Amino acid sequence: MVFPASPSNVHLAKENARSQSMAGWRLIRSLVLVLICLAVATVVSLWLGYQPLDLSLLRQDEIARVIFFRLRLPRVILAGILGASLGLVGACLQAFFRNPLAAPFTLGVSGGGALGAGLAIAFGWGASVSGVPLVSLAAFAGSVTAMLVVYRLSSTGNMAMPGTLLLAGVVVNLIASAGVTLIQYISDSTRALQILRWIIGTIDIVGFDPIWRMLPFLIPGWVVLMLIARDLHLMAMGEESAASLGVNVLRCERLVYAASSLVVGVVVAEGAHIAFVGLIIPHAVRMLFGEDVRLVVPCSFFLGAGFLMLADAVARTAGGLPVGAVTALIGGITFLGLLRRQRRFSAI
Amino acid sequence: MVENSTSETVIQAGVEVLIEAQSLYFDYEVDGFSVSDVSLKLKRGTLAALIGANGSGKSTLIRLLSGLLSPVAGQIWLKGQPLELIPRIRRAQSLAYVPQINPMIFPFTALEVVLTGRTPYTSFFGFENQSDIEKAMEALETVGGTHLAQRRVTELSGGERQLVAFARALAQEPECLLLDEPSAALDLKHRARLVRTLQHLRDKEGMTALMVTHDLQLLDPGFDQVFAISHGSVVAQGTPRRVLTDCVLSQVYDDPHIRARRLEGRTFVWSGI
Repeated sequence: MVFPASPSNVHLAKENARSQSMAGWRLIRSLVLVLICLAVATVVSLWLGYQPLDLSLLRQDEIARVIFFRLRLPRVILAGILGASLGLVGACLQAFFRNPLAAPFTLGVSGGGALGAGLAIAFGWGASVSGVPLVSLAAFAGSVTAMLVVYRLSSTGNMAMPGTLLLAGVVVNLIASAGVTLIQYISDSTRALQILRWIIGTIDIVGFDPIWRMLPFLIPGWVVLMLIARDLHLMAMGEESAASLGVNVLRCERLVYAASSLVVGVVVAEGAHIAFVGLIIPHAVRMLFGEDVRLVVPCSFFLGAGFLMLADAVARTAGGLPVGAVTALIGGITFLGLLRRQRRFSAI
Repeated sequence: MVENSTSETVIQAGVEVLIEAQSLYFDYEVDGFSVSDVSLKLKRGTLAALIGANGSGKSTLIRLLSGLLSPVAGQIWLKGQPLELIPRIRRAQSLAYVPQINPMIFPFTALEVVLTGRTPYTSFFGFENQSDIEKAMEALETVGGTHLAQRRVTELSGGERQLVAFARALAQEPECLLLDEPSAALDLKHRARLVRTLQHLRDKEGMTALMVTHDLQLLDPGFDQVFAISHGSVVAQGTPRRVLTDCVLSQVYDDPHIRARRLEGRTFVWSGI
């Protein structure tokens, strides 16, 4: 059999392959880049605020030090943790569902969490179970329930239908937000306001305690999602071929569900739902570094952290705007741009 | 027609039975079995075809054999070992499955897709190395798709995607290829090339292949064995010349107008209108 391509063409293609395809090197290169971005974002967002950071003042003034270490530093770190979690979960969900529009927000997971938290606030469940506030537990339960409902609705046999998935996600989100509105309407005005503030999405934090409380839940979720990045890389190219390459699809599915509901549940519980970070960050990473999911997953983690830090810094500097509104504005506009580019994706 | 087979690896005239299935049943939770009492043996170095009408259970059977589905009853052995007991990675090193449709949502490059065929050979944290890339490029070259390497799979035609999926299976360096209608979207030239590639792999490396196809012209003289399946059961098996007859095909496709004739050493099949 004679193949029409000339030997030099074949040679050229091979050379190209060599230079562009060492995924390991590309991972290191892109990780270095996103870590630099993260470092810059950290410095900038520590700097910005009601009062720009003054290093000499920090050395001398006790109050400045307290403000910095009790308010600004924890807030920047929290923003980083939340952004990282959302970026990571978004990257994993998009790969797993083979759907570029999948994200905690579009799959109804955040909505479910908001409904859970809304219920908890409305009933005045101020108590905590072994250090974890009931509001967080309720938000977590809501996230998990929403995810299960969306998945059950959209799966037929052993395949999740991408179109139905988004539709189900949107519907669950609508139901959840209707539920939240109803709860707000029924409950008294103080609680209604509390729920509203919570839903808009603000990162208000004093001291490091909330962060220590989140990490035992987040870190296992992060680790699991990072570890299955390779399986997700194969899943992104088709469930059947992934299975035939040795991926335990059922286990992968369970891990993705458990880990992403855990992480999103904690995020929603602590930082309210911050829209679109989970959606746009993985897209940005793919535009920058290519499609390899083993690259997209860790890079989305760090880029998500940097992005939310900066968004929060902008929100703080602009007179304490809710960060949820800032990310939704940036994210919403970017999302529309993505829809325009949709031609790149053959089928949704 | 179904032989009374034994469970252990049968060595017949020095040829090992690579895949053996006995009394397979499968249903998709709808009434009736989509695969019902199928027993078959695939010897190493055989190029076999699986034919049958739409919805007769061909794809289900090939999914069962590749371990993607588990039979509700019956047993499959790969080289004498029960298939479900073989670790997934080791199974992936022996069996490569080429799916019928390859939905591609994300614009991976063709080379990235083919490289995933090397996964069963890379460590858990490891990425593909230089030799994996060379093997992937070789696989692309074998199917005649070198020029596709850096193209985005979302921009490829159906036939080109099938070539990429085939190349990925070759990069897996399996002992047996299980292909679900790999020729459906291929043009005349690439269909012939596909069969020639399979023949070449069989002769050179002792590759075994089972291919679901509607393309009956490809079978004689290209293939060694043909399994005809109807309503979930194997109704005929043997050499292409024995299976591709008016009588058998009329039964398999439930169409009395089907004719098969030999001309210049090949069998042509058509349905008379």
